[in-house]
Amino acid sequence: MESFIHVIILSMLVTTAIAIVKVKDLFAVTMLAGIYGLLSASFFVLMDAHDVAFTEAAVGAGISTLLILTTLSMTGRFEKAADTPGSNYKPALALALVTLTGALLIYGTQDMPVFGAADAPVQTHVVPRYLNDSAAEIDIPNVVASVLASYRGYDTFGEVVVIFTAGIGVLALIMSTASKAPVALRASMEEHVVLRIVSKMLIPLILIFGLYVQFHGEYGPGGGFQAGVIFASAFFLYAMLFGLTAARKVVNNTWVQALAALGVLLYGSVGLLAMINGGNFLDYNFLAQDDVHGQHMGILFVELGVGITVASVMIIIFFTFSTRRQRDGDPD
Amino acid sequence: MIVHLSVLQVIIPLMAAPACLLLRKRELVWAFATLATFVTFAVSVLLLSQVMQSGAISYDMGGWEAPWGIEYRIDMLNAPLLVLISGISAIALLAARTSIENEIPENRHSFFYIAWLLCMAGLLGITATGDAFNVFVFLEISSLATYTLIALGKDRRALWASFQYLVAGTIGATFILIGIGLMYVMTGTLNMADLAQRLPEVENTKTVFTAFAFFIVGVCMKLALFPLHLWLPNAYAFAPSIVTTFLAATATKVAVYVMIRFIFDVFGFEFSFTHFPLQEILMTLGIAGIFVASIVAINQDNLKRMLAYSSVAQIGYLILGISFASQTGIMATLLHMLNHGLMKGALFLAMAAVVYRMGVANLSQMHGIASRMPLTMAAFLIGGLSLIGVPLTVGFVSKWYLVSAALENGWWPVAAAILLGSLLSVIYIWRVIEVAYFKSVSNNTPDVKEAPASILIPMWILVLANLYFGMDTSLTVSVTQMAAADLFGGLL
Repeated sequence: MESFIHVIILSMLVTTAIAIVKVKDLFAVTMLAGIYGLLSASFFVLMDAHDVAFTEAAVGAGISTLLILTTLSMTGRFEKAADTPGSNYKPALALALVTLTGALLIYGTQDMPVFGAADAPVQTHVVPRYLNDSAAEIDIPNVVASVLASYRGYDTFGEVVVIFTAGIGVLALIMSTASKAPVALRASMEEHVVLRIVSKMLIPLILIFGLYVQFHGEYGPGGGFQAGVIFASAFFLYAMLFGLTAARKVVNNTWVQALAALGVLLYGSVGLLAMINGGNFLDYNFLAQDDVHGQHMGILFVELGVGITVASVMIIIFFTFSTRRQRDGDPD
Repeated sequence: MIVHLSVLQVIIPLMAAPACLLLRKRELVWAFATLATFVTFAVSVLLLSQVMQSGAISYDMGGWEAPWGIEYRIDMLNAPLLVLISGISAIALLAARTSIENEIPENRHSFFYIAWLLCMAGLLGITATGDAFNVFVFLEISSLATYTLIALGKDRRALWASFQYLVAGTIGATFILIGIGLMYVMTGTLNMADLAQRLPEVENTKTVFTAFAFFIVGVCMKLALFPLHLWLPNAYAFAPSIVTTFLAATATKVAVYVMIRFIFDVFGFEFSFTHFPLQEILMTLGIAGIFVASIVAINQDNLKRMLAYSSVAQIGYLILGISFASQTGIMATLLHMLNHGLMKGALFLAMAAVVYRMGVANLSQMHGIASRMPLTMAAFLIGGLSLIGVPLTVGFVSKWYLVSAALENGWWPVAAAILLGSLLSVIYIWRVIEVAYFKSVSNNTPDVKEAPASILIPMWILVLANLYFGMDTSLTVSVTQMAAADLFGGLL
């Protein structure tokens, strides 16, 4: 039965991918990309990778769809024909390279251990310690959270900086060059009364759910990355339904930028504090009297840092793009 | 704090970046970023001396020992590169404040410095880590920051150049990630030393072959090995000049380092050179890169683009050194990595000075420019001589070892090719010297003054480094010799 579901989901993935290539309406492409994300998330659930699935659902199906839609409102809805005379559009070469890459990947899978095999190297080398000892060493139920926030916490620090770097990139390149007075603009969906009322009720729930995901990451799927994205999407929703001018009253540029920086600094400071207390960078054992307590505190604060930076950067990216659109004089 | 040096090396710039966002005022941000970079430089110098005294340093992040946690590992191979990255970054930042005045709008300066710090932290992180996945994470940081820095160029084509690099770089990074993923599937570990121990057990599998192929091709994309170099000339030509200075001197070197680390340390010499025709492939592409890129460089009017093609050619030399598969060959590559950083740093900084005064660095507008910017062009001359490989400069030292490595293998034609490549660089450097020194000033030449001291001083620091390390080779040669011996130590 499970392999039957696998086949169905994978063939839907392939169909969606082909549709994305074929369809010229970029609005439809964005929606298909969102569907692709959701299908991948379902596939990850089947593979028992719930944290990954959650992230994919929040990022791949959720926030990236919104960000691409915002971009589309600046670029126009339809793809330009690529094979017009004069353009150097050569799909044959690209197709050949992609086919070669795919063939090599399939070749590489031939000697791979069977998926889920108990004697596969990934199950027998480092993982047993994570599974068997993390209860004593870190003492939180979600082993994935132990690995990403503690055992490999330095990678996660790097990932937060990646997000921060993306935010800096957007600010550096498309931040409005002069701060003109904001043009009073009608919200694009002002007439949709039902949408407005329903989402007004939804927004607080989304925010609470974001906080739940943030602080529940140690017990179930979730954590700072997903929480930050969910939290930020409530702001997007508000801006889309009630207009940028209204949203600007809630979101102050300077403060959001400061928060994005503070999230990274919070994560790093936890590491530095451990160092000052005599441990290595990010060694949470040195944060409190007993090790497990220190681990709990460390994970709580670094996850908070992640959540703050991710939410702030998402808000920065969305508002920078939207403000740019507004200035370019195309309110819709 | 001494035991923490290896991690401080990376987290000082990494945390200085968000702190800069809080400072906001651009003068303050510049001062803080420069200070942080100089501290980072001091840390890397201390690390190098510590490694030279007492051998490799290992540091467990979060106190979790490898392979469960992430390990930083500083040895003879990466310690000198850390010094190069932080050193070039510190010197370039001294000039950056003046250089970007005319090239980047004022309200973006703070973001520029933040992206710079992130880029440097990323490059340092890739170099310092002993964990394969951690390489990828820091690669992402440095790549994203690099795309931003390039796109800040004032020419609109900078955006397109950055986008091309983004596409090429993302494909490269994805290939690297696929390679790492497949290695993990077969060994269950991400730590480099642990991988090196566990890979031989499974090395005769299609999965490990595929991992190797994807990883190496991905790295070659990042290091712009001919013919995967197409992103580089535009990126270097249209990026703000000071960014080109920093990237040309450091970024590709880091990719070459990653390649050496994985070929020799992780996969091992035996696997890399016996299961794959790696030697033939690298030698062919290396030599082809030297010739094609040098010939293209001869016909460029934009000098930044000319030097960019020259960089592609120099990468050819680095790869050629690896293809010798010998201790001398690797030593020559390592030496040339450091030396090329010094020469390209000096040359691009001279171009930054020209761009600062003239707005562009086009040869057609530089008739007799040496009489107006004598110090800048003298720096270019010495940097150029170093690039060619004239005695008393660093270029001579590394070419010398490259040629001797070729002769050691009995590869006479290759040695001849290296010398022929140097002749080509004589041509493209001479073109500039001829126009700048021996043509009289024409109407086309803008009436400009010598560059300001804030650019001249960093430029001449690098020029003097070219001369100093060209004459006193004891430090660079002994360090690279020990690193090469380490790489081959496990083999003998």
